[in-house]
Amino acid sequence: MATLPEPVERLLEAALVGELTVIDGRGRPVTYPLIPLYDGEKIYLTSSTLFSRKLEHIKGNPKVSISVTDPIAVGGRTDRATIQGDARVIEEDPHGGWERLLPIWSKKEPAIVWFLKQRVALPLFFERSLIEVTPRRALYWVDGSAAKAPVVTDVRKEAA
Amino acid sequence: MATVAEGRRTPDLDARTGLEKLATFPYAILTWVDDQGYPVSVAVDAAVDAGAGTVGFAAPAGLRIPLDRDVSLTGTHIRPQPGFGYDERRHVTVWGRASASDGRLTVRGERAWGWDEAEVPFFEYSERSIGQSRKYFDALSRERGTPVKPRLGFGPLVLRTTRLPFLSATVVPVLLGIAIAASDGAFDLVSAILTVIGACFVQLAINVSNDVFDTAQGADDMNVTPTKFSGGSRVIQYGLVSFRGMAALATALYLAGAAIGLVLLALRGSPALLVIGVVGFVIGLGYTAPPLRLVYRGLGEVAVALGFGPLMLLGAYVVQTQGALSWEPFVASIPVALLVALILYVNEIPDRRGDARAGKRTLPVRFSRAAVIFGYRAAVVAAYAVVVVGVLLGILPIPALLVLLTIPLALRVGRGLEPNYDNPYGLMAVMGVNIQLHLFVGLALLAAYAIVLLLAAVAPSVPLFVGR
Repeated sequence: MATLPEPVERLLEAALVGELTVIDGRGRPVTYPLIPLYDGEKIYLTSSTLFSRKLEHIKGNPKVSISVTDPIAVGGRTDRATIQGDARVIEEDPHGGWERLLPIWSKKEPAIVWFLKQRVALPLFFERSLIEVTPRRALYWVDGSAAKAPVVTDVRKEAA
Repeated sequence: MATVAEGRRTPDLDARTGLEKLATFPYAILTWVDDQGYPVSVAVDAAVDAGAGTVGFAAPAGLRIPLDRDVSLTGTHIRPQPGFGYDERRHVTVWGRASASDGRLTVRGERAWGWDEAEVPFFEYSERSIGQSRKYFDALSRERGTPVKPRLGFGPLVLRTTRLPFLSATVVPVLLGIAIAASDGAFDLVSAILTVIGACFVQLAINVSNDVFDTAQGADDMNVTPTKFSGGSRVIQYGLVSFRGMAALATALYLAGAAIGLVLLALRGSPALLVIGVVGFVIGLGYTAPPLRLVYRGLGEVAVALGFGPLMLLGAYVVQTQGALSWEPFVASIPVALLVALILYVNEIPDRRGDARAGKRTLPVRFSRAAVIFGYRAAVVAAYAVVVVGVLLGILPIPALLVLLTIPLALRVGRGLEPNYDNPYGLMAVMGVNIQLHLFVGLALLAAYAIVLLLAAVAPSVPLFVGR
């Protein structure tokens, strides 16, 4: 069930790369560029075990945000958004569990299918955990400018 | 954890470097943790003053930026590649406290981190991060109360662990030794097959034991720029196979090779075969193993040249001739020996920093870039010269000149070394061609002896050797 405002959904679907921000042990934000994968309800990201510090941070504090800010990464769109939400690390099967996201991942990055066939070349890159984000609140800048206040949507209220 | 090597820093940066990098992005993403405890990000037009250590920007409308806790400013860049994905990845984040004045905010940079794949290639960044992967699996194992390890399918794991594709280094000289013996009228199919299988076991044993001893001595752990042709299999570093498992595999492969060697001694035994077998075993194991540690003493190329040149070729030859030796197989083994040593030599170029840290005094560690490139070219010229002179002296058959057809490959490697010397991943293509060079020279020599055998059968009057 769609819970985010429609323009924010379109941005997430278009974004080749967005920015996941997690909170470290000292309460500071740490931002990672990642491919956001949206299934119409939740936002998914994946993290190689090589770069898994973000997973440690999420396990310590599940409050995260995903922003979409780069016009180049969204096909020239100039609107911008930040989605706040609660994250869950899914790591039952780091070897292959994440592959269920391949259909939506490969739409954004077709080369991932080819890379996966070369798994022997970089095995640890393909040991991955899923990050599932349940959206709570969305901030949307229609023209992308911080000079205007964002449109804020409380996703939980909208869903209710 | 900061990881610094050879001037490359990733991911931690000092604040000034972070600010200088941030200034190269068209906008910055201001991020803070709001009063509800969630991060908030907003794109701002940032004015970076790296000299003053600050970033200034207009306060975003409708949002309260905290002045009592760290905020961050992030720059991020990709270049979309339609139908593929994206490249030119780089990002940087600078943290600091914000202060407000006249509707503007100023953040004083205190620390930073980031990654630019133009500075630290993705494969190197990944290698620098294997400690984090190990930490992840250790934590997951503790959480579950049972070991959780990274995995690879059985076939790819065998391929990676034993470095099976490198068997051409063994198959080429062994088949050549058998072919030369056959041209001298000595051929036994069963012992020929056993020789190929036994030699392959020995090479696989050497491959695996080298990983064991290189890991024990720290060389593979210190190498952060391995390629598919260099730096070992890395299955121990990746946690795919345990150190003990690799040691057991190496032992099993050595035993299999030794068992076939004993069968060959029983079937086709000669003092020459025994000497070649013992010397080959000592060189193979002593390549990385104490006390010889030949590769650590700068003798790796000589050991490989001897092992995969004269010893393999003459060993296969004497199995067929039951001990009889001649100059022909020895001369034929020289270009093969030089070119197989050059595989190692070129593969050591990207490994040289890690090797130097581990005390591995390979030739690329010991000598300058110019000397290493000159050395390559001189050795290749020598390899071709031996064949030409061998033919002119009537030692090698005239069709052996087929090897000259491979000169374009040698030129490609010779020209590719200079521009890619400091670029391990650019050097990969050069290393691939260099391996092909050894293979195709070996195949050309094999083809030469196939012609010799064929003509000896169908047109024995055709002269195949100068002066004979």
